Amino acid sequence: MNAFWIILTGSLVATCCSLLGCFLILRRMAMVGDAISHAVLPGIVIAFMFTGSRDTIPMLIGAGLLGVLTTFLIEFFHRFARVQADAAIGVTFTWLFAIGIILISVFAGQVDLDQDCVLYGEIAYVPLDLIITEGGLSMGPRTVWMLAVVTLLIGLFIVLGYKELFLTTFDPAFAAAIGISTTLWYYLLMGAVSLTTVASFESVGAILVVAFLVAPPATAYLLTDDFKTMLGTSVLLGIIASFAGYYLAVWLDGSIAGAIATVTGLEFLLAFLFSPSHGKLRRQKRVQTVGH
Amino acid sequence: MQDFLEFFSFTDANIRYVALGSVLLAASSAVVGCFTLLRKRALVGDAVAHAVLPGVCLAFILSGTKNPFILLIGAFVTGWLSLVVIDFITSRSRIKEDTAIGLVLSVFFGIGILLLTAIQQTGNAAQSGLDKFLFGSAASLIGEDLIAFGVVAVLLLVAVVLFYKELTLLCFDQAYARTIGFPVRGLELLLTTLTVFAVVVGIQAVGVVLMAAMLITPAAAARFWTENLKVMLILAALIGAFSGIAGAFVSYTAPSMPTGPWIVLIVSMIAILSFALAPGRGWIARILRQRRNKTRILEENLLKLLYQLGELRQDYDSARSLEELLERRNIPRKEAISGLQKLKRQGYLQQENKRWLLTPEGEKRGRRVVRLHRLWELYLTQYLNLASDHVHEDAETIEHIITPELEQRLIEELNYPDLDPHSARIP
Repeated sequence: MNAFWIILTGSLVATCCSLLGCFLILRRMAMVGDAISHAVLPGIVIAFMFTGSRDTIPMLIGAGLLGVLTTFLIEFFHRFARVQADAAIGVTFTWLFAIGIILISVFAGQVDLDQDCVLYGEIAYVPLDLIITEGGLSMGPRTVWMLAVVTLLIGLFIVLGYKELFLTTFDPAFAAAIGISTTLWYYLLMGAVSLTTVASFESVGAILVVAFLVAPPATAYLLTDDFKTMLGTSVLLGIIASFAGYYLAVWLDGSIAGAIATVTGLEFLLAFLFSPSHGKLRRQKRVQTVGH
Repeated sequence: MQDFLEFFSFTDANIRYVALGSVLLAASSAVVGCFTLLRKRALVGDAVAHAVLPGVCLAFILSGTKNPFILLIGAFVTGWLSLVVIDFITSRSRIKEDTAIGLVLSVFFGIGILLLTAIQQTGNAAQSGLDKFLFGSAASLIGEDLIAFGVVAVLLLVAVVLFYKELTLLCFDQAYARTIGFPVRGLELLLTTLTVFAVVVGIQAVGVVLMAAMLITPAAAARFWTENLKVMLILAALIGAFSGIAGAFVSYTAPSMPTGPWIVLIVSMIAILSFALAPGRGWIARILRQRRNKTRILEENLLKLLYQLGELRQDYDSARSLEELLERRNIPRKEAISGLQKLKRQGYLQQENKRWLLTPEGEKRGRRVVRLHRLWELYLTQYLNLASDHVHEDAETIEHIITPELEQRLIEELNYPDLDPHSARIP
């Protein structure tokens, strides 16, 4: 049963992240996703200090705000202070992450958070924190319920805003011309990324969030030219990685998040070599047949 | 205060080690970071920092010891490999660079975490302390470690000094470097190697996640204060060194405080202050410059209006009311009034019961703006063959920009003209 809950958690995180990641990598904003996933840390710690508990809602709000603040700061440094784009990202997220770690040290006694957990989560503990009804009936782990709600929200966001997201990603000029606010959808997308990051943070840690945001969409991008297929493929790849990663971790007796990230990398490697349309080996073969 | 004296007198050998270590690590990565920043590849350092972890773990698994040199070699190999992989993915597929960086960063780090946790489960007592690579611990730098990393840091600085010219060329004009026969590929490899070394060394101080800051932030801050690369390198090194020692001091006074995050926090604050306050490139300096330009344009427009009114009525000596001015040009009333007041204070205008009159200086300046406007219109029609009804807008802008030297050239080019395209006299 534990294996089931852990894989389900991984798959839910994979679904949210891969869906949003497709938009991010096509907007060339993969590193902004990375930045947000690190920069929400102070938000989580502050929410922790205010409520003194691991309540989910204040944490989501605190970290969500920080996520949007990160996006805003990056934009601000880049546009108003004219810091070059990559440096703006680098300065912002390391600064906020450092503040987060310092806050953890300052309130070390009161905050039940440690640095390792921030980076690679505690997905193995997910099945321990169960929701038990008054009748004594177990409803399953708390984290899974929260992630299910977040996945539903992200799914709804993408289905309802598909046209706007699609247009602002591929043709911002046209989107602006027909009256879609690129800024609004930019911040909505970043808000969604922050929400996902925070919801996944406790269970899988920052590093797996980044892996899911980037690797499955990048793999899918090598496999297909159709955007809807790309969304579907990347979700599927993420779920496969959660399965395979779990058993790899059990076999090696290591971190589950680390193992899942490793598998997403393997998937990319396979696609990079063997993709029918964009793979390295296939492409060479095609060049050879054309040559004959 | 006592802490301060105790720390900065460096009498305690331990303090000497930590302070020296932090300064060397921070300064050497800051210097290398300048080059990666200028090549617009700042975030690559972040990927290398994460990719170092699997190397450290593999080196430990293979050798079974925590000898810093062996771990350094392991870190170096995977760090270097990560850069090669990023380049390979971006050049051989349609994956963009940011995606490749994110991919390599998370996958390499994931592998590292997997190995690290697997090692920890084996119960090998020697493994404890490997995880200090994750968050760094400048404060625990002692003896052997310090010598190893100190040597690498000094070598880095020497390499940058030796190859200064080549690296500069690589950053600013790669095509030229190739033309005059520089081995560009080799130099890229050199810079890659230097970056990896800087990361491997710097990680000791601040850890994996914050390493990017040690490369990017001092360089980004220094970039705002100077246009000269040498000055930028020295500034970045100083900023890095200062944050290094300040961070070490903080964790000396409050031992529960982590050194790395404090170094990064301090260096970030310096950078953010630089973004805002640096003269010339800074945010506030630019806002002030924009505002100054705006008021100058407003003032010149007001003087021009008064002069044109004088020209129209063939009478420069009587005062005009505000309404007369606003009738000819749409200026927000408040702005116009404050502009007029300011011109009066500067001695360009006189006020006679709510009416405004040009002083001789004001008349001179107003006349000059009108002259530039008409000269430019004439120039556009004569040399660019633009229709005379198309040139007014352009002249409206340029009249505030033309320098006296340019004015002289225009007059000579146009053969000391009398009339503009609209047959108005050029004063």
